Amino acid sequence: MSGALLVVEDLNVTFPGRTGATRAVRNASFTLGRERLGIVGESGSGKSTTGRALLGLIPRPGIVTARTMTYAGEDLLKCSERDWQRLRGRRMSMVLQDPKYSLNPVRTVGRQIAETCLLHLGTSHREAERRTLAMLEAVRIRNPEVVYHLHPHQLSGGMGQRVMIAMMLIAEPDLLIADEPTSALDVTVQNEVLRILDDLVSERGMGLIFISHNLTVVSSFCDRVLVMYGGRIVEEIAARDLHNARHPYTRALVASAPSLDEPRAKLATVTRDPAWLR
Amino acid sequence: MSTALGQWLMSETPTSRRQAILGNAYRAVRAIVANPTALAGLVIVAVLVLMAVFAPLLALGKSPLDQDLAGRLAPPSAAHWFGTDELGRDIFARTLFGARVTLTIVLLVSVVVAPIGLAVGTVAGYLGGWVDTVLMRITDIFLAFPRLVLALAFAAALGPGIENAVIAISLTAWPAYARIARSETLAIAHSDFIQAVVLQGASTWRILFRHIVPLCLSSVIVRLTLDMAGIILTAAGLGFLGLGAQPPAAEWGAMVSSGRDVILDQWWVATIPGVAIFIVSLGFNLLGDGLRDVFDPKSA
Amino acid sequence: MAAMIAVRDLSVTFNIGRQHIHAVQGVSFEVAAGETYGIVGESGSGKSTILKAIAGLLPFTAGRLEIDGRPAARRRSRADRRLLQFVFQDPYASLHPRQTVDDILREPLVIQRIGGIDDRVGAALADVGLQPIHRFRYPHQLSGGQRQRVAIARALILRPPILLLDEPTSALDVSVQAEILNLLAKLRQSYGLTGILVSHDLAVVAHLCTRIAIMQLGRLVEEVSAADLRSGRVAADYTRELIAASRGFTRAA
Repeated sequence: MSGALLVVEDLNVTFPGRTGATRAVRNASFTLGRERLGIVGESGSGKSTTGRALLGLIPRPGIVTARTMTYAGEDLLKCSERDWQRLRGRRMSMVLQDPKYSLNPVRTVGRQIAETCLLHLGTSHREAERRTLAMLEAVRIRNPEVVYHLHPHQLSGGMGQRVMIAMMLIAEPDLLIADEPTSALDVTVQNEVLRILDDLVSERGMGLIFISHNLTVVSSFCDRVLVMYGGRIVEEIAARDLHNARHPYTRALVASAPSLDEPRAKLATVTRDPAWLR
Repeated sequence: MSTALGQWLMSETPTSRRQAILGNAYRAVRAIVANPTALAGLVIVAVLVLMAVFAPLLALGKSPLDQDLAGRLAPPSAAHWFGTDELGRDIFARTLFGARVTLTIVLLVSVVVAPIGLAVGTVAGYLGGWVDTVLMRITDIFLAFPRLVLALAFAAALGPGIENAVIAISLTAWPAYARIARSETLAIAHSDFIQAVVLQGASTWRILFRHIVPLCLSSVIVRLTLDMAGIILTAAGLGFLGLGAQPPAAEWGAMVSSGRDVILDQWWVATIPGVAIFIVSLGFNLLGDGLRDVFDPKSA
Repeated sequence: MAAMIAVRDLSVTFNIGRQHIHAVQGVSFEVAAGETYGIVGESGSGKSTILKAIAGLLPFTAGRLEIDGRPAARRRSRADRRLLQFVFQDPYASLHPRQTVDDILREPLVIQRIGGIDDRVGAALADVGLQPIHRFRYPHQLSGGQRQRVAIARALILRPPILLLDEPTSALDVSVQAEILNLLAKLRQSYGLTGILVSHDLAVVAHLCTRIAIMQLGRLVEEVSAADLRSGRVAADYTRELIAASRGFTRAA
């Protein structure tokens, strides 16, 4: 495992509002190497906001501050919009939850993927098309020539998500942030997509941040897990050690999911301790 | 507003229906007042209403009907703030009283077109099928009538006057509201909360009236305020053609018409009522725009 | 004992233009009184469709449906509506956005002409763990879990013997899901409810249900007990696939 790709120290994301400021992310610190890091938390925990802050996607009037936020040595805090455009897609990429909302509905998927190629790699049109077909094959789409000419609404959920992954990886970024990439998919399709992600990440030596509310998926897929609550990272733990978590919130989260293997009469619920928010 | 009343209204935990409804209304009013466009429009419309209601008081006793042929076409002065018209009547008083006619037309048309449009649109959108087809074709037919021409036809057939003007305007205005109501209804007709009420055994009438219409209201209100300007102009146009309020009643359109002949030398006779029409139309436009911003947070 | 719900060879076909979509094909099962029956499947399996057909929200095109021993009419009467109620999947879409919780809970009582409305609404709120402070709030002032509680209160305020639940916790965080599942278990006990729970999540279904139907592409693949599901004693390969998939991701060694 090589040195850290991403170093984040004391990341804060605040949204000023009429009734006071909302601190969506508070003093989050972590590093990412060429590994699979999971960020798990409930809605409102700040996990998606963290992912977006890393790509400079926090809309105004949100304010992003940090002591350190560097990617491959480059200071992300000092990035201008032009710097971000250089980084996004080419060095860092993001896969979102629902391809329905992330793909342009009026263009064919092939054109959209090829466009990414043209934009970031500056290849010729023919080369872009060739790479697109190769990428579609890499995400295990069986008939790439046919799918190339389809529109997003003609794709099933799983296929749409694979197309998204193809689009986000074609420019060969080193870092991929996946925000609930499989939450909208059926469970059998989910595992297929995860397998594809897994293989691509291993082959290319990428760093992956996997954001999800689904503890089962995150614990089985990732190497390390960050647990977020109320904007803070309350625990950092290896995925395989999750059942021995120390923070009461993590333990409660693990205990509250119904399990196929252990029947329970009553599911544990999370008694929220206000101390966790301090 | 940090008063006790203000806090009670803005409470996130209302303890009675009244508090919840009033709180909601208060929040809406605050949102409207906070939006400069809406506020400007609201002020103008409020002034119109005040003018109409308090016309006799504001005219300081001057009558809009007293003729003074000796003092006809007098320019604005201390005695007559807006001058006098071709029959010596005080234009200031006539402008104030003209607001009554304008307001009457606006209210009557609203009261007619909104309910009809809502009824037709929600029924068509919810029931679908042949009911939808028939209702929408009827809507199309009425939509095709040119407003002014229909008003002329009505005046020719039934005689001129405010009532017929209102009928003519209403007949051509309601289709737009039916369309709006229908499209809002289509969006929610199959939603879970409507299905929940179906499951409780609600009659179609109850579903339409209690559950669907309230959700169409904000679009209809916005459209109505935006349409007002057009309605006022149409009424003024009818008045201009002599088809609206009949003389000697003060009506802005008729006033503009009678001032036409002398517009170059005695500009105030036609211009003052014209400006009144313009300001009121503008006011309704601004209010409608502002209301749309307030009701549709996505466009903000 | 006669089944509370009996579904025989039920089919639901949608006609969209010239296409015929066979959402449910020849499904048969029975639910005994007091039992919670689970239906599990992926998207396109027809599980929600069949639930809605049983509720009378969708017409079924073939087969027979009997509720409480009597055949279910295509158009349910107002009295029929007191027999079964429904909890929808999306807590953000199942409550009228312009009505307070109080309005929403009163409505079924008013429609069914039941008296003592104020008291019943108060009792319904307490039943689902909500407080009087929630009573006059609008849905957008409530969290997802609170909205789902309101939806459950609404379903139970008419005291129906049968409760149909369409993925009631899929849109909720896992900790909120736990609270709602515990609530459902408690209410089921208090009111002796007969229920059908539809979900894509095997663990949730196994937690609350005794018998479970596995559906795929409109057909019933097999019926298993929760115990068999947990231990993997199932006949069909598809069921095995589902069980394996629900355990999470397994990295090929």
